[in-house]
Amino acid sequence: MSELTGLYALWYREVKVFLRERSRIISSVVNPLIWLVAFGGGLGSAISFGGTGYQTFIFPGVLMMTVLFTSIFFGLYIVWDKKLDFFKEVMVAPLSRTTLFVGKMLGGCTDALIQGSILLVLGIFFGIQYTVYAVVILVLFLLFVAIGITSIGLAIGSQMSSFEGFGLIQSFVVMPLFFLSGALYPLSGLPDWLMIVVRANPLTYIVDGMRGALLGIYNFPLVEDVVVSLAFVAVMVGVGTLAFKRMSAT
Amino acid sequence: MIIKTEGITKAFKSLVAVDHVDLSIDEGEIFGLLGPNGAGKTTLLSMLATLLRPTEGTAMINGFDVIKQPGHVRRSIGMVFQAPSSDDLLTGWENLYLHALMFGVPAEVRRERIDEVLTLVDLKDRANDRVKTYSGGMRRRLELARGLLHKPKILLLDEPTLGLDPQTREHIWEYIERLAREGRVTILITTHYMEEADRLCDRVAVIDHGKIIALDSPANLKMQIGKSMIKAKVKEPNLEKIRALPYVSKVEAKDGDVSIVLSEVGAHIQEVLCNLGDASFVELREPTLNDVFLQLTGKEIRAEGAESLEERYTRATGK
Ligand SMILES: Nc1ncnc2c1ncn2[C@@H]1O[C@H](COP(=O)(O)OP(=O)(O)OP(=O)(O)O)[C@@H](O)[C@H]1O
Ligand SMILES: [Mg+2]
Repeated sequence: MSELTGLYALWYREVKVFLRERSRIISSVVNPLIWLVAFGGGLGSAISFGGTGYQTFIFPGVLMMTVLFTSIFFGLYIVWDKKLDFFKEVMVAPLSRTTLFVGKMLGGCTDALIQGSILLVLGIFFGIQYTVYAVVILVLFLLFVAIGITSIGLAIGSQMSSFEGFGLIQSFVVMPLFFLSGALYPLSGLPDWLMIVVRANPLTYIVDGMRGALLGIYNFPLVEDVVVSLAFVAVMVGVGTLAFKRMSAT
Repeated sequence: MIIKTEGITKAFKSLVAVDHVDLSIDEGEIFGLLGPNGAGKTTLLSMLATLLRPTEGTAMINGFDVIKQPGHVRRSIGMVFQAPSSDDLLTGWENLYLHALMFGVPAEVRRERIDEVLTLVDLKDRANDRVKTYSGGMRRRLELARGLLHKPKILLLDEPTLGLDPQTREHIWEYIERLAREGRVTILITTHYMEEADRLCDRVAVIDHGKIIALDSPANLKMQIGKSMIKAKVKEPNLEKIRALPYVSKVEAKDGDVSIVLSEVGAHIQEVLCNLGDASFVELREPTLNDVFLQLTGKEIRAEGAESLEERYTRATGK
């Protein structure tokens, strides 16, 4: 019971802080809009896939990207928390490390999903036509991204003591996850070596599931997408929990 | 014995910040830790709060081992940190509310308690402003309020009244005293304010270079120095004659400023003054904790300390 209350407190803090930092929300929504307008619009004037405009084609991928970026940086941000003594206050609370992790993680997911939802609504202005089914599936997969990636961010951040490694994480974790996920291109006709890498990336299945539900364009059955995503989420939550158990307060 | 440390030690690489400290603190006691910057006070408190793992030794808090049962220990303690630790973007009230949730304050009394501590630190009218708009002292008061909020059995206060105005400090002292005397709360407090230690603490430990170098009640510590002190300005002091007096325990002179410590109180003052010479200024007072502190951690002690630093280095590196 007290663990649950503590969980609520941790979540409440993250969401409150997030909603107060308007500039963060705005920039995180403007960024994907630039992708859609500049990249989707620019390249879209030249190409289309399966009768779908390029802008529409990458829309699920850009949604995924928004949640991916917000989630990973939310997680890494814990380095900052540790620098401020605020985190010590949390660490002396009589809460288990698992609760700390889950509370933080849910807070981050909520932030990311709020941004994802704003973008979903803005999609209407890009001519995206939603069905109830599509929205449910999209939100479900966005939730998978949010949980999985926030967990990775928290796991890495909890083991770091400064911002030094941030560039490396950007280059070796975030960018490959995004560019090798099929968010920006169809998987048919990829060279073999690239296909192997793309198929090893769990986000590929998430984008595939989202695009399948929204546009009817997919490479794998929905069940496969869901199973792979769930496995990814489960592993990442496990890793994050372990990382929190090993984290030191300073 | 609600707090008991057994050879507790913390080394950061070759630096031994806390060096085999043994402390026993009774329930309901207000125990002060004094020591110069870098003495190891915060490090010791952090180990007791389970935030840092001792490199050697351990401590029992409320019957629980800080290494083996950190969860139970955390349920027994409240801590006020030396450095700011509230959330800037949240209001004072929200910070307290979060604390109440995390530390298991029952729902029925949450608001009431928050109100109570806000009144105590006189922040009620600013409770709904964001912490980033607070002054330094207001932040400090908020953090203090937060530490008191869940009424822990043991309070670890790391320089709690740092930067507070005299009036607020007085309020806090009264409250801390009440907690200990009426609520049987055990309080371990670090401070650089000697009057605070003197006024509040049942016992005081002076810590330097990670080691406890004195431990007693403030009264006894002061007594060790002497019963009364005379400070005087004398052009040509007759130091030999003063030193020969049986009840004079210490005489120091520098540029005509003479300080004399008497081991007995009372009638001898006139005799001292008569023998001293032509004084243009005289002050008579009882020794303070400040005198104790300076004597213990002052120059003479420092010279010894340098040696022991080398020793500690040798021990830590095994050379
Ligand atoms: N995380 C750390 N890594 C390395 N050294 C540390 C660390 N924390 C503290 N120290 C060192 O340990 C020693 C004791 O520090 P501590 O903070 O306990 O002192 P303190 O008595 O609280 O001093 P102050 O009165 O300034 O608060 C210092 O020499 C400090 O530099
Ligand atoms: Mg300190």
